[in-house]
Order: sequence, then C-alpha cells, then structure tokens
Amino acid sequence: MDLEKTIMSLADTAGVSGDETKAAELALSYLKNYTDDCYIKNGNVIGHLGVKGKKPHVLIDAHIDQIGFVVTYITDDGFLKISNCGGIDRRLLLAQEVTVFGKKPLNGVICAIPPHLESDESKVPEMEDICIDIGMRKEQAEQVVSLGDKVLFSAHCEKMQGDRITGAALDDRCGVASILRALGIVKSYPLQCEVTVLFSTQEEVGERGAKIAAFDIDPDIAIAVDVSFALTSDDSELKCGKMQGGCMIGYSPVLDRELSDTFKKLAEKNKLPYQIEVMSSTTGTNADRFSVNNSGAKAVTLSIPLKYMHTPVEVISLEDVENTAQLIAAYLTEVSA
Amino acid sequence: MNIELLKKLCLINGTSGDEGKVRDFIISEIKNHCEYSVDPLGNIIAVKKGRSPAKNKVMVSAHMDEVGMIVTSIKSDGTLTLSPVGGIDARVAAGRPVRVGDKDIVGVIGSKAVHNLSADEKKSAPKFSGLYADIGTTDKEASEKLVSLGDRVHFASDFSEFGDGFVKGKAIDDRFGCLVMIELIKSELPYDCTFTFVVQEEVGLRGSRTAAYTVDPQFALVLESTTAADIPLASGEKRCCELGKGAVVSYMDRSTIYDKELYKLSKDTAEDLHIGWQTKTMVAGGNDSGAIHISRGGVRTMAISAPCRYLHSPCCVVKVSDLEDCQKLASAMLEKMCLL
Repeated sequence: MDLEKTIMSLADTAGVSGDETKAAELALSYLKNYTDDCYIKNGNVIGHLGVKGKKPHVLIDAHIDQIGFVVTYITDDGFLKISNCGGIDRRLLLAQEVTVFGKKPLNGVICAIPPHLESDESKVPEMEDICIDIGMRKEQAEQVVSLGDKVLFSAHCEKMQGDRITGAALDDRCGVASILRALGIVKSYPLQCEVTVLFSTQEEVGERGAKIAAFDIDPDIAIAVDVSFALTSDDSELKCGKMQGGCMIGYSPVLDRELSDTFKKLAEKNKLPYQIEVMSSTTGTNADRFSVNNSGAKAVTLSIPLKYMHTPVEVISLEDVENTAQLIAAYLTEVSA
Repeated sequence: MNIELLKKLCLINGTSGDEGKVRDFIISEIKNHCEYSVDPLGNIIAVKKGRSPAKNKVMVSAHMDEVGMIVTSIKSDGTLTLSPVGGIDARVAAGRPVRVGDKDIVGVIGSKAVHNLSADEKKSAPKFSGLYADIGTTDKEASEKLVSLGDRVHFASDFSEFGDGFVKGKAIDDRFGCLVMIELIKSELPYDCTFTFVVQEEVGLRGSRTAAYTVDPQFALVLESTTAADIPLASGEKRCCELGKGAVVSYMDRSTIYDKELYKLSKDTAEDLHIGWQTKTMVAGGNDSGAIHISRGGVRTMAISAPCRYLHSPCCVVKVSDLEDCQKLASAMLEKMCLL
C-alpha cells in the first residue's frame, strides 16, 4: 500500500465522533486486504487475524473518529448554533470554513462577534456565541439541516516540504494507516496468536467506542496507536516529543511497564528510532479503557508525533508513521514466535 | 455578474505592495479595450474612450491589493515569524493553511495543541507576535533556501458559491471592485472615463493618492466592499449594513465625508431604476475615497460598496444580488457624473 495516499484518503473522509460511517467504511475496505473476517459492529471496525483462541490475544487499536461540531439550533436569521464534539480550540474558530453534513454537504463559515463590535480583540468567543453562516434564511435552512447534523472543518490534506503532511483529521487516521501498514509488513508471516484490529469510534468524546468493543474482544494485551504532541515553535520541550524522532512509547502508571519495556527493546533491536513519552496518570487515549476492560489487560500506547493537534492544520511526518508501523509489525512477529 | 471572473481575480495572490500578479491579469483582460499605463507605484491607469467626450473628468477606482502577511524572520527550527499586511485580526490567521512567497509554498499557521494551553492561554486570543508559519522544514538553513525575508504569506482558501446566492472567498475586498471596472471597460461607454486599479489601499490608501494626483479628476467613484455585521450577535444599527439589501452608499465613514449631492443623486438614481440600495447605520470603516477626495484641490467623491461579512478574513462572504446592484448603480452613476 502507498502510505501517503492511504493517510490522505483516510484523513479527507468525514468521520466526526458519533458519525464515523464514511471513514469507517473506507478503513474497512483497506482492512479487507489483510483479513476476510472483518466487519463494522456498533460503528467500530473490527478485524480478526492470527489463530483464534491462541494466547496471548493482542488488540491493536486506532480511533477512527475526529473532532468536529454538532448543530444544536437554527436561529431566526438562519444561522446554525453548534456544540463541540471533542476538544476544540475556540481561539482558532473565527472565519473558519466548515462543511455541514445536512441532507447534502453544505458550505459554511464560522462567525462570532464582528471585530468592529468587539471591545477587546484579545477575547476568545464562547461556544454559545459561535454560529455558522450557511447563507440561508431560517425556512431554507430548516429544509436541509436538522438538529444533530454534524459539522467538520473543510480542510483537506496537503503535502509540505520533506515528508510532512498537513490536514485536519491526521489525529488519528495516521494511526489507522500505521496499523494497516504493519499488517502489510507481516502479511506473509503466519501469526501464531490471536490478533484483533480495532478502528474505534468516539475516542474524542471519552473513548466510548473502545469501551464497548473491548468488552467483546476481551484482549490480554492492548496497543493503543494514537498521536501525541510533537514540539511546536510555541510549546515546551518538556511537554512534547520530537517530530521525526520515531514512535513515542508510553510509560504511565496505568500502562504495563513490562509491555512498554518490550516495545523499547524491540525498537532498539530493530534499530528503529523511538522516544519515551512519560505520563503521570491516565493517558487520554483508548489505552485507559483497555487496561480496565473486563478482568483487565496489559496496555501500552504507541503515539505518532503530531504538531498543532485538534486544529485544521495538523502536521505529521511520514517517517514517524512508517517507523510506528515497523514497531507494531516487529511486536506481532515477536509475540507470535 | 461574471462570477467566474470574480473567482479568478480572488484566487490570485496580491498583498499590498506585491500586486504584480493581479496587475498582469487585469491588464490581460483590459488591454484590447482601452489605453493604459502603469505608474511608479504599480497603479494601472486606464483611459477608456466613450461615444462622446465627458463634460467632467471622472475617475473610477478600485484597489488590487488584499490583506495578508509578510515574513519577518526565520527561526532556528525553520518556522517563519509573521507580521500582518493590512488589518488582519490574528484570530482569523491562526489554524490556517497558507501559501508562502511567489512559489506558493504550502505552509500552515499552527498553534500549540489546545491540550497544552494554560487556563489563561485558553482565554486569550492569538496575537501576531506569537504566530508563525511552518512549511515542513526542520531548520533555518532549509527554510532559507525556499523563503526570503519580505516574502508574502497568503491565505489558502477556496472560492465557492453557497447557500441562497452567496459566494465566499479571500480578497473579495476589493477584487469585486476590480471586476466591475473590468466589465465597464469591456463594455461600450457613453462618455470618456478614466479607471484606476490601485495598489496599497490596505496599508493606508497609498496607491489611490498618487493615482488621483496623476489623473487629476473632478469627480471620483470608488468601488469597494464594506463590513456588514448582519449576524445573530449584532442587532439594530450595529449591523452597519446587510447582505441582500443592495448596494451600500455611505454619507460618511472614518476616512471621508462624502459629497452630499452625489449621495442624494445615487439614492434617487437607485430608486428611479429600482436598484437595491442601502446606507450604513454606523460611521465605520474607510476606503480610497479618503485619499482621493482631498487630492490636489479636492475631488467630489462617492463610494459604492458591496456589503461583505467577515471582511479581511480568508473567508469573506457576499451576496450575488448585492454585487449586481452595485454594478448597475455604478454604471448609472458614472454616466450621470460625466455630465453633472
């Protein structure tokens, strides 16, 4: 598979939390290249590989949803009031172009208090003051938009210098792509344990898809492949990993220390660049759900460094995605031996 | 209204002082329909012959430049610091895809993840002093090979039609005015007239100042776009003007007290010809009239503006019916001003 094309097509396909169908269907079509036993259940994409019932049962997950908005009200002027699905940076919303997924996709522009009426330009608009202009009167808007319709930034992926890509949903479609790539690497290798792949819904609103999928899958080992903070010009090295520094292996009280060590050793053995991401409590990823699922599972986070998280212009390096895929593949080979 | 031509005009990048690509395109459109020259600042001065000489020398003017940003330094991590060119609210620049320099290098204006913002940072809007563009390079040397200080940074946004007869895009301020002038120059006019496509409006009405000096008109008609705030959070007079209500003719803004007789004449003309017409309900904004009406010994000046939401953002919104009203009123007023 072409990693770059896969990431870009996944990230350019809509899948706001709670409405992931299009992105999930595309991910499922890619997953079919590696297993016939795959399907969508309750929104989650699930695929079975390896030997059923053979321990350890390894779950590899990336979330398929992305942050966005939901329409909550149509004003008398025909503007749409919205609420956020996931963590939105309200500082960046003014005049952003969005797509409203009504009866058909509609172009819109986010607006708040106009600058000439704003006494304080340093103010950040409250969510309740934000609305979407779709260029319609109320009666027209009501014909094509229903309360509960989802809204996304109308950003699309672009190539930058080097191997960098920018786009709006790279969190976590690049994680999905890295798992698909790993499956490609181990395709000809007979996996000797049970492996389940999960592309889960509703991570951005509280890891809910992961919770219900893990109940069915009941893994022994769970790997959450997500993104984490790569150092940006305005952030601190203490809080961030390094772009092109390789996969970020998580260490946290809620993760399994031995499993984290295993990944570290595997990276060293295979000469893959890696970095350690230390978190002092829960990880804010699906791993938090997996570790306490049913009777519990050993969990780890593998994170792809990403700049400008949750903005319409997230940035990743292809090299990091490839290295993360190589590490996942190395683990599958090893655990299966 | 030739929306296809408006789209082409808006998608060309031309911040103040760097209007060359816009100028070249406009010249390619008008060169077979008029005599033109380009002055030292880069203004196009186009003289269009009508069927008869005009009684008064009338200058019609619109500006070619748009708001944008300029690269002020390259940091050790390869990112580019920026200053705004013209009045841009830093809140509409953050979190945007951009194009850098003449080669249109793909870049983004990012911001650290919302997760890492302190409580105070979450409540305070981005400032230009903290914004930077990232083109994907990893160090200063790599960026220096691609970018020079002073290179312009433009918003990368699409132009599209949406909703009930609306269009959105960057630079509608003031490529719309340029479009109306191109269409007038291509048409047959009753009287001789001078058209100026001017530079550097957004940094202090600078191009119009030299153009007005050179043309030395008795009357001027400025074609612009102006802030409309007809959105739910603004009511009554705070809306300034509204989309769908027609061409905006002002009596006064922050740069100009407009010629009283021309103001009344345009109102009467719009009503006689059933052209949608409105005026602003606040004294706000300003345009090239500010420089033109006090040129030399004074120029009797009026402005016709398209009401525009989210002015100076990557995503200006206007209504096609208003653009058509502006075009009709401009054409009618031009004829009258030639004979006053």
